[in-house]
Amino acid sequence: MAMPLESPITFSNVGRIRWWQRGIFASQTGYVLLALAALLVIMHFASPYFFTEGNMQNVAKNFSFIAIATLGVTFVIITGGIDLSVGSMMCFSAMITSMVMTELSAPGSAAGSLFVHMAADGKTVLANVPGLILLVSILAGLGVALIAGLLNGFCIAVLGLSPFVTTLGMLSIVRGLGYVVSNGRGSFPGGPDADYFYAATSGDVFGVPVPFIYLVILALAMAVVLHHTSFGRHVFALGGNEKAAELTGIPVVRVKVEVYVICALAAGLQGIIISGWLGSAPANMATSYELNVIAAAVIGGANLAGGIGGPLGAIVGCVLLEVIRNGLVLAQVSSYWQQTLVGVIIILAVLVDRIRSRMT
Amino acid sequence: MAKTDAVPVLELAGIGKEFGAIRALHDVDMQILPGEVVGLMGDNGAGKSTLVKIIAGNFRPSHGEIRFAGSAVQFNRPVDARAVGIEVVYQDLALSDNLTAAANVFLGRELKRKFGPIALLDHKAMAARALELFGELRSETRPDDLVKQMSGGQRQAVAIARTRLSNARLVMMDEPTAAISVRQVEQVLGLIHRLKEQGVAVMLISHRMPDVFAVCDRVVVMRRGEKRADKPIHQTSPEEVTALITGAKEAA
Repeated sequence: MAMPLESPITFSNVGRIRWWQRGIFASQTGYVLLALAALLVIMHFASPYFFTEGNMQNVAKNFSFIAIATLGVTFVIITGGIDLSVGSMMCFSAMITSMVMTELSAPGSAAGSLFVHMAADGKTVLANVPGLILLVSILAGLGVALIAGLLNGFCIAVLGLSPFVTTLGMLSIVRGLGYVVSNGRGSFPGGPDADYFYAATSGDVFGVPVPFIYLVILALAMAVVLHHTSFGRHVFALGGNEKAAELTGIPVVRVKVEVYVICALAAGLQGIIISGWLGSAPANMATSYELNVIAAAVIGGANLAGGIGGPLGAIVGCVLLEVIRNGLVLAQVSSYWQQTLVGVIIILAVLVDRIRSRMT
Repeated sequence: MAKTDAVPVLELAGIGKEFGAIRALHDVDMQILPGEVVGLMGDNGAGKSTLVKIIAGNFRPSHGEIRFAGSAVQFNRPVDARAVGIEVVYQDLALSDNLTAAANVFLGRELKRKFGPIALLDHKAMAARALELFGELRSETRPDDLVKQMSGGQRQAVAIARTRLSNARLVMMDEPTAAISVRQVEQVLGLIHRLKEQGVAVMLISHRMPDVFAVCDRVVVMRRGEKRADKPIHQTSPEEVTALITGAKEAA
């Protein structure tokens, strides 16, 4: 049944919205992207080192270290929620991953004997199936993130607690659990699969840092999910008008739980990647990263009131933060200025958006 | 769909609702036949909204029974009411401002295309169908425009277009003509006529006497939680209805 796209209506009174007044051109993401481009040009002239391959790799790697979690928190922000527990979640997942990896790699232990055995020389540990330990330990790390995300979602969607309070509590709970399981010492990835682990988290492919590749894949997946699936549509609808979403029969509770789970998983994955780069998962890892992550999302155009946001914005926000940090270092400005500047940029970005929406 | 169909689409028997100590509705009986347009009138606090919310599945009635097309039904959620064929156009329209007109029309029942295991939204088909619906409503509304940027009448068209998607057998409209221009009121009333032609029952909740008298077959007046009148429109007058609403006349 072919439906004619030819308009059965004549639009005599309703003009078409101009192209620069719609889509990305009318969004905060759009002009933050412009600001970023301008900043890159300035950096190019300010420092000859900025556009060198080494520095670019560095920048790409550094922003990838918060960008995956930013993608996750953007989901939550679009629904009009907030997740403050991402920093703690990063640490806890990383810690569980490396602890499980170490535990499974000890030949004598109960769990370890299933996975590893001693080589003929009696010193080298060999894995029965190479990569299996890595897989199990990463799944364990993501598993705890999944549980925390489900708990967040349950408290917020089913019990109706405020997202701010719930995730503030979760921030403390998860951080505390991290100290409990590690005794405050932190943990290190070890065993026969440790090399795979480092390769998978902080290596590079043809000069491109692995975390950056993950980021691109996840961002593309997120773009498809947000704009081309009914789940994504419901996420936006929820942020735009929660009551309307409920009245039209959208499974509000399920969508909410899902976004908190996605956010926690993204944070967990991010934490595991960071620990690969650090070479350990210290108990104070990623402290207060939730603020960087949320700041990046907001600078990139995600609206804390809900209904607006996307993967491009999340990445642009992260890149902008990293370029500023990197630029200040190259310009030999004290790095203490960074935080101040980030704060100024958050307010500026939101202010400009406010002025723009008043004008149209 | 035969208009002579004797089975009412909706039948309410002894519906009552209490909120704590407050009696919002008391012993309301009502019938709506297919293709009939019933005006529901009453002052603020008369119990109109409560009645609508009970029919729409937002509240469970404290007493009484709802029968839909002859069989008793119980709605626990709005979705249940929608499933049998009751659609509501809410006064605040229940639209998501940040989505396009087409997205709002299809909210909760998006058209999808299967790509192997993945089902992706079929934007083109949804836009085409939405444009068709807007055409039927003679509303100059572009499916791809954001609702945020729309006029009151366009929003109304989006909300009404939504009810046309499913094969609704009863459409309830809560003050559909309250916030729109004179020309658009004509359009909305025209739409009600078109629903009627297709055998859809319409319940019009409105304060605007001229609109009710223009399209309704029957008018039901509520006062203080009770049904005070239920008359064919040609047997009554705006003056009588006003008297019933204000209480100058107790019942008719």
